[in-house]
Amino acid sequence: MSPLKIKKGSTSHSAYDLRPTFSDKEEQHTLAVLVENEPGVLARVIGLFSGRGYNIDSLTVAEVDHLGHRSRITIVTTGTPQIINQIKAQLGRIVDVHKVNDLTVEGKSVERELALFKVVGTGDQRIEAIRLADIFRANVVDSTLESFVFEITGTSEKIDAFADLMQPLGLEEIARTGVAALSRGAKT
Amino acid sequence: MTKAMTGAKMVVQALIDQGVDVVFGYPGGAVLPIYDEIFQQNHIQHVLVRHEQGAVHAAEGYARATGKPGVALVTSGPGATNAVTGLTDALMDSIPIIVLTGQVPTFMIGSDAFQEADTVGITRPCTKHNWLVKETDKLAAVMHEAFHIATSGRPGPVVVDIPKDVQFATGTYTEARQVETHYNPQTKGDLEMITELAKAMETAKRPIFYTGGGVINSGPAASQLLRELVAATGFPITSTLMGLGCYPASGENWIGMLGMHGLYEANMAMHDCDLMINIGARFDDRITGRIDAFSPKSRKAHIDIDPSSINKVIHVDIPILGDVAHVLEDLLNVWKSRGRKTDKENVSKWWHQINEWKKIDCLKFEQKGKVIKPQYALSRLEELTKKHDRYICTEVGQHQMWAAQYLGFEDPNRWMTSGGLGTMGYGFPASIGVQMAHPDALVINVAGEASWLMNMQELGTAMQYRLPVKQFILNNERLGMVRQWQELLHGERYSSSWSESLPDFVKLAEAFGAKGILCDNPDDLDDAIMEMLNHDGPVLFDCLVEKHENCFPMIPSGKPHNEMILGENADTANAIKADGAVMV
Repeated sequence: MSPLKIKKGSTSHSAYDLRPTFSDKEEQHTLAVLVENEPGVLARVIGLFSGRGYNIDSLTVAEVDHLGHRSRITIVTTGTPQIINQIKAQLGRIVDVHKVNDLTVEGKSVERELALFKVVGTGDQRIEAIRLADIFRANVVDSTLESFVFEITGTSEKIDAFADLMQPLGLEEIARTGVAALSRGAKT
Repeated sequence: MTKAMTGAKMVVQALIDQGVDVVFGYPGGAVLPIYDEIFQQNHIQHVLVRHEQGAVHAAEGYARATGKPGVALVTSGPGATNAVTGLTDALMDSIPIIVLTGQVPTFMIGSDAFQEADTVGITRPCTKHNWLVKETDKLAAVMHEAFHIATSGRPGPVVVDIPKDVQFATGTYTEARQVETHYNPQTKGDLEMITELAKAMETAKRPIFYTGGGVINSGPAASQLLRELVAATGFPITSTLMGLGCYPASGENWIGMLGMHGLYEANMAMHDCDLMINIGARFDDRITGRIDAFSPKSRKAHIDIDPSSINKVIHVDIPILGDVAHVLEDLLNVWKSRGRKTDKENVSKWWHQINEWKKIDCLKFEQKGKVIKPQYALSRLEELTKKHDRYICTEVGQHQMWAAQYLGFEDPNRWMTSGGLGTMGYGFPASIGVQMAHPDALVINVAGEASWLMNMQELGTAMQYRLPVKQFILNNERLGMVRQWQELLHGERYSSSWSESLPDFVKLAEAFGAKGILCDNPDDLDDAIMEMLNHDGPVLFDCLVEKHENCFPMIPSGKPHNEMILGENADTANAIKADGAVMV
């Protein structure tokens, strides 16, 4: 790694950044990548993103088919349409990758994320926290006299909103799983 | 039919079953069981190199000269890390090689054992795929799959990392036909797109074929089909450095190599064409120059087997995903069945324009005085060797570009050069690999003295196996290309671009028992080259050339194709602007 902090966008004259100008609007896409459950496959996917300078906004991975030896990696990434296409093509040519689906463009999809919130407080703060948790349909999964751990499921935006509300109410710690996503309807 | 054998034996058996006849390698603790098996058989010849980098480049040279995968065998730790440059080189140039690395025993992995390195971790970004095999029962299947993956789709290097206990243990050997794989890249192109291209060819006024290494990787049939297509359409054809030989240099429609040091007519034609047909090339930055000024008036078609190559840097109008030979066959059929039409009148005008550009004669030079011009040396080499069954390797730098400009290639697989990675030190070991594949052919490595020194230890290998490789060194006592850039870009401040303390190459050759020839006079050059050709053994040819010769023509970085710098007397002082300077 370079010892210098290189600001985003400051390397526009590099030979490695010779992108054409025809499409410079950034978009966020959710990609579902079905991979062989082999050691190193996650490293390969992450290495692709870091090696080629792509963004990872969120990444989740777990085995989804034990007998078929398959894992599913859900990646949320940001880039120009051309970069997104490159990411898909580059992922697709990894030998251990079976399928790459762009859930953002291939019809509608559902996206969910699970998060745990530790909120510490007493008195009115505590009451307000549990009232808001109720509105957000968050469950209390652990409680002491001065703390709660809430479990919340929803879109990333919903979790962001919940975090904003909890901030003044004693939010101490957040654990988020990252996005899991599936296409809607019968089609796989 | 199942066979029980040790892992080490499986490795050798799998190599034999895959038709391997030569392995380039260097032994060490973690591969001793495999070396023991190699010792006890006669199917595979092992070539002992002097450095693991040499083994991988030799395997690359073998692969390029035969179209078959090359194989290298190295030990764990430093053996594997020394192979990394060769692996990266093969990845960039899409060369199918299988590198087998020893590893410390499975129960010691992660303990910082002696000569342990995370080989699969280190080589993950520089291979097409790699494996750490932890069970002997799986070893044979992985070996077979490794050959499949290295050679199918876009070819590339693979690594099989084999712990020593896996080599010793006994397991069941799996035959290649029993191995299942899901890796099956698409080879047939989409007919709709191919028809689209055929239609574009019918109406194109200023068409050009822009071909690359993919044609050669696709096999001899692809070159054959390409020649047929070019002859039938009458369109001009240019090629990248990697694609030289897929269309003969003596061919009627050949307009020379394109790119940074390509021919004026080829680059001008690329800039002004109205239909660019990219066949197995990848719009590399050495080809495109300034992206936003790259061939602004053309529709572009791109035939490539790798989906990630399409629309990577240049937006194309007609993308065709598939193997070059398959696509060209369909393209020819479609175009013929539609009536073999071209816009003859306009294409003929186009040729007239191209012939005007040719008159500039961008490769002209004048050999005067008593100092050999490198261009003259290569012209004479071409003249005296072109009738031979000849294979050319190069190192990297000015000599490489001059070789590409002044030597003619009539067939594919005759030209071995490090294109994508630009690896100095590639050529000499590669020439060893080529000579192993073609023992009776004339194998010449055109080198610069600095590049050649990077892997000079392989002279021992050439001597040991009596490989009569000819090392044609254009010695300017400089890092010529670095010096040229410093002259053009850095105010003639020649920082560290001198080759100081050079050896006496003749004595160096003799120290290894090889023949050394020194030539410093243009009048003696022909005789000296003949002496080199007539010697049955490795020759080190020290050709002392003009020290400050620049390699032209040249597209300064950051400039479009139609702003080339031509040869001598060109105004080079302010040729490269600051924003182009960063692009190397």
